[in-house]
Amino acid sequence: MLDLIADQGVKIADQGLDSSPLAIRGLTVSYGQKPAVFSVDMTVQPGAMTAIIGPNGAGKSTLLKAALGIVSPLSGQVSVFGRPLDKQRARIAYVPQRASVDWDFPTRVIDVILMGLSRELGLLGRVRARHVSCATECLNRVGMQDFADRQIGQLSGGQQQRVFLARALAQNADLYLLDEPFAGVDAATEKAIIEVLKSLKEAGKTVVVVHHDLATVTDYFDHVFLINTRKVAEGSVAEAFTAETLQSAYGGRLATAQIDQISRALG
Amino acid sequence: MSGEEFVPLSLTPLLIGTFAAIACALPGNFLVLRKQALIGDAISHVVLPGIVVAFLLTGAISTWPMMLGAAGAAILAVVLIEAIRRLGQIEPGAAMGVVFTTMFAAGVLLLEQTDTSTVHLDVEHALYGNLESLIWLDATGWSSLWDLEALAGLPPELSRIGLTLIGVILFTWLFWRPLKISTFDEGFARTIGIRTGVLGMALVITAAIAAVAAFDAVGSIIVIAMFICPPAAARMMTNRLETQIVWSVVFAIISAVAGYVLAGYGPLWLGGADAVSAAGMIATMSGLILALTAKFGPCRARVGVQNSS
Repeated sequence: MLDLIADQGVKIADQGLDSSPLAIRGLTVSYGQKPAVFSVDMTVQPGAMTAIIGPNGAGKSTLLKAALGIVSPLSGQVSVFGRPLDKQRARIAYVPQRASVDWDFPTRVIDVILMGLSRELGLLGRVRARHVSCATECLNRVGMQDFADRQIGQLSGGQQQRVFLARALAQNADLYLLDEPFAGVDAATEKAIIEVLKSLKEAGKTVVVVHHDLATVTDYFDHVFLINTRKVAEGSVAEAFTAETLQSAYGGRLATAQIDQISRALG
Repeated sequence: MSGEEFVPLSLTPLLIGTFAAIACALPGNFLVLRKQALIGDAISHVVLPGIVVAFLLTGAISTWPMMLGAAGAAILAVVLIEAIRRLGQIEPGAAMGVVFTTMFAAGVLLLEQTDTSTVHLDVEHALYGNLESLIWLDATGWSSLWDLEALAGLPPELSRIGLTLIGVILFTWLFWRPLKISTFDEGFARTIGIRTGVLGMALVITAAIAAVAAFDAVGSIIVIAMFICPPAAARMMTNRLETQIVWSVVFAIISAVAGYVLAGYGPLWLGGADAVSAAGMIATMSGLILALTAKFGPCRARVGVQNSS
């Protein structure tokens, strides 16, 4: 036991816990009797794109929400760039699941983007021309500049997802956390989103994505984090995204054909 | 109608009715969008046992103990609703329904069982209020508005609901941005540091204060109607929250003024003899406006439905 603790201590130091964009230790979250996330450690690598992968109900979204303080964990610590979450809110941008909000809400696309500037605007700060032009620029980056004045309910699913991404861009953060941004979007939107995420990475930002499509993991991401309530594997795609770890995370739920396909893709 | 008649008899009830309508409609906008509109219903019912208990404790109709009793009951109800929702793991609507019916029933029982017949405190007053009686006898005409002596004789309900309205407006103005963001996307709101739990509670407490002040002046019928009807009608007029707020205030004013006038004179125009309850007519007007906007409002269709599955 002592060995184990010492071992972990070394590992944490090696991974640079102090400066990691997102470091999670011993996180346990429970909605009812059964834990949704159990004693999870995670260390996100800076300047990379990390996919959180696991079967349905494995606690992927819950892990993200607990890391952001949206749900309260039973136990565990979260640090963001080496400091407590509450001191680092300005450096984080979060893109929730599209279905988590009511798109019938009476507001326009541009107003949603401006929500990303609300820390800068404060309680009563006036929205000035430079804020609007910043928001418009963010809409530009996701190819939605023509929709600024639309009511958000008039958008397609893919367009809604892009609006959420544009709001995160407006936050001008260092760490981007996205919950299933590719779920139920059209191919053009998926392409647009991945282009934006790659440009963020090139600008030195850290991107963490809850992802469900195993076929695109190797194309899109540098690192993976496999979870099924407990952590299954963590590391670079080459090292942690293997037939064995997938089998272990998904159990019998992943068809052998899928695993073969992934193994072939991995070479 | 001349100023000599209008100012003492109609001006103050009109103002009180209008202020009460606006004070409830403003927070109602957020409650409706948060699908918490029933909380207005709940609060306006649970204030009854609070008021009765305050009366039993103090033995007199004095405003501040009663308002405190009402506010205490409202807060107890909010806590109970939250507790039942969490412990029972049921939807908030069901928890609200259970709490407010039980507390209102307890209030009615208390009223029946205690000697409150000598004072102006009964179920009818609780429901319809007493808007018509809030007259300004010291006034002699429009000039009384500049007469300090006459102004001192204004019904105290007017200043209470006026102050409440100012408080509600200040709350809405000051917390406009966090209210809007957390109503639309609570998860995102938390990540940017908005304390959504505290803010949600503050919204409900603001609504509770508005409900208690309005209840004091005009009864619970108006409260229930104004939390829901003007905001819901306003939603069908626009796709922008800012504009929706303005419409809801316009509808609240129209309901209050038209309701008051129709209640006082409508039956006479129809050849009847007596006036009808102003509070009832105001609530009816708001329902009528809601029906009209539901049929003819430009933004009544849920255009996004096909995409949001």
